[in-house]
Amino acid sequence: MKFYRMTVLIGIDDQSLKAGAREIEALLNQELNRSQLTDEVNVLEAGSLGFFGTGVTLMVYPGQVTYVNVKLEDIPEIVEEHFLKGRQVSRLTMKPSLTRGYDFNYRRRIVLDNSGLINPEDIEEYIGTGGYEAWEKALLEMKPGEIVEEVKQSGLRGRGGAGFPTGLKWSFTAPLEADQKYFVINADEGEPGTFKDRLIMEGDPHKLLEGLMISCYAVGATKAYIYIRGEYSLCIERLRQAIEQAHEYGLLGKNIFDSGFNLDIEIKVGAGAYVCGEETALIESMEGKRGQPRSKPPFPGVKGAWQKPTVVNNVETIANIPAILRNGAEWFQGFGTDKCTGTKVYTILGDVMMPGLCEVDMGTTLRTIIEQYGGGVKNNRKFKAALVGGAAGVFLPNSLLDVKMDYNNLREYSAVLGSGAILVMNEDADMVDMLWSVIRFFRHESCGKCTPCAKGNELLFEIINEVRQGRGREEDLQEMVRISEAMQQTSFCALGQSLLMPIKSAVDNFRQDFLKRMK
Amino acid sequence: MYEEIYIKYSPEQENLISILHDIQDSHPQHYISEEAIREVSEYLRIPVSHIQGVLTFYTMYSTRPRGKYIIRLCESPPCFLAGSEKILAILLRVLGVKLGETTGDGLFTLELCACLGVCGNAPVMMISDTVYGDLNEEKIISIIEKYQGGQA
Repeated sequence: MKFYRMTVLIGIDDQSLKAGAREIEALLNQELNRSQLTDEVNVLEAGSLGFFGTGVTLMVYPGQVTYVNVKLEDIPEIVEEHFLKGRQVSRLTMKPSLTRGYDFNYRRRIVLDNSGLINPEDIEEYIGTGGYEAWEKALLEMKPGEIVEEVKQSGLRGRGGAGFPTGLKWSFTAPLEADQKYFVINADEGEPGTFKDRLIMEGDPHKLLEGLMISCYAVGATKAYIYIRGEYSLCIERLRQAIEQAHEYGLLGKNIFDSGFNLDIEIKVGAGAYVCGEETALIESMEGKRGQPRSKPPFPGVKGAWQKPTVVNNVETIANIPAILRNGAEWFQGFGTDKCTGTKVYTILGDVMMPGLCEVDMGTTLRTIIEQYGGGVKNNRKFKAALVGGAAGVFLPNSLLDVKMDYNNLREYSAVLGSGAILVMNEDADMVDMLWSVIRFFRHESCGKCTPCAKGNELLFEIINEVRQGRGREEDLQEMVRISEAMQQTSFCALGQSLLMPIKSAVDNFRQDFLKRMK
Repeated sequence: MYEEIYIKYSPEQENLISILHDIQDSHPQHYISEEAIREVSEYLRIPVSHIQGVLTFYTMYSTRPRGKYIIRLCESPPCFLAGSEKILAILLRVLGVKLGETTGDGLFTLELCACLGVCGNAPVMMISDTVYGDLNEEKIISIIEKYQGGQA
């Protein structure tokens, strides 16, 4: 292995590519070559570096110097001044007010521990961090039942939103005798405000693959699918490449490590339907049908894809598996709270200084996430609300900023953690408008299969439109809650059941905003 | 007619969604014609009605001819909070079309879409496969001009 004096990470994601990251990278290499620095300075492509709205971002080690909004014309100066002469180009570094004390929390990261640090397109770099050791250990040293037990012990719960214990889910499928079982990764990330799975897949695709391989072996699935939404083109490209590399390295295919175990992973691309995030709708879509949910039971774990036992898990959930196997369940329990172990990846957006993502221990408060990782509310405005968990989430007021967030604790406040999206609104935001936007979303995404959801959404949209246009009455608020309660009790799947939370929390916590529209 | 696409996929229903994606991508007007539906129906041996049902269920497919570039503006809550309604008004004005319509020169079709997962840069739109974030009037005009000039 070669040692370099300096390492430059260039963040490659959708945004930076648009801002010309490839051109900048090419010029950077050219300039380094011209200054004869190629043996001293190493340029590495990384996934998203965790900043947004900063164009092309370079991070230079040692020192973690962060250059933002880098343009082609800046490159000769950076090479000459910083890399050759050792003087930072301060006009391009991230504002100290933003980076001071900013902590990426790499020490406590599990699923994003490599993201932004290694080249996601090179399997060797993943292997260099200890990658695929857990897969080898699982296959050669452990029995499937032991893996299921280890995951159960770890306390890992599904990170897609519902928080169902992962090991328990597996234990329904693992003992079944079947000529074929399937494992499906739900990468149909569509919850508004959520892009954690995209960053995991873009930043460290091999971690997801390794987790998936272990999971397949644990439940006895020999065929796996990753169902990705059609809009995530970079994820699709990187995962396809990662699967190819894994085949070349003998980590996938027939008789892996001479263990007798066979496994294939295939990518299925979605076509734009929020409801396909629901596991039975996702399975329908995979089979080439309209993505409408199935009746449960039977649950997919017993009868799923093509009527065979099928486990469906979220990307973030499975990205935890390699670390659990490598370090043990007890180590994993060292993260998070008693009832909710591990970490959670949040996306922080809206009216904050630094929209982006963070991975922190379960149980971290909303205040810490917003202030420490989101940089606080921007433009010196006051915090008003946070929509936590996406459109199917809850509008949390100021008074709940210090609640420890995990799957159990939030439930006591009639809230959910959901997908981990945190949309921050300042004092200027109007909850009538926000709720209108949420209801419009569900109305559009309702799949039309069951009457409560199809009709209920229409009714709710009519009412919120009236309120928004100043023609509402106070009784309408109760009516919206009543309708969404009925939908929660009678809708076929989680989509129709979800509206109660945003509606009730908006109406209960921000009633004044609604009454103001009625005068 | 779609032999190049069929080579990639065995004639099974599970490949319908991928085949439809490829057919739509291969058409200069980014849509799936009735003729194409009939062909796929024969290849996969599944009824036309099933394909119609699937096609109209997913928002990424179109059964009507569209422009060379499809502009999809996100209208989900995070982009809404960041002013997507204003952005929509600007796009409607700059392009001179109604929602869902195609510009007279056949270049752009304007559509709305749900969250694209790039909310750190809200408000966001997608043109073909490229995402554009932190939109404002100035940016929109320069992006549209770039496509009009054929540089995209």
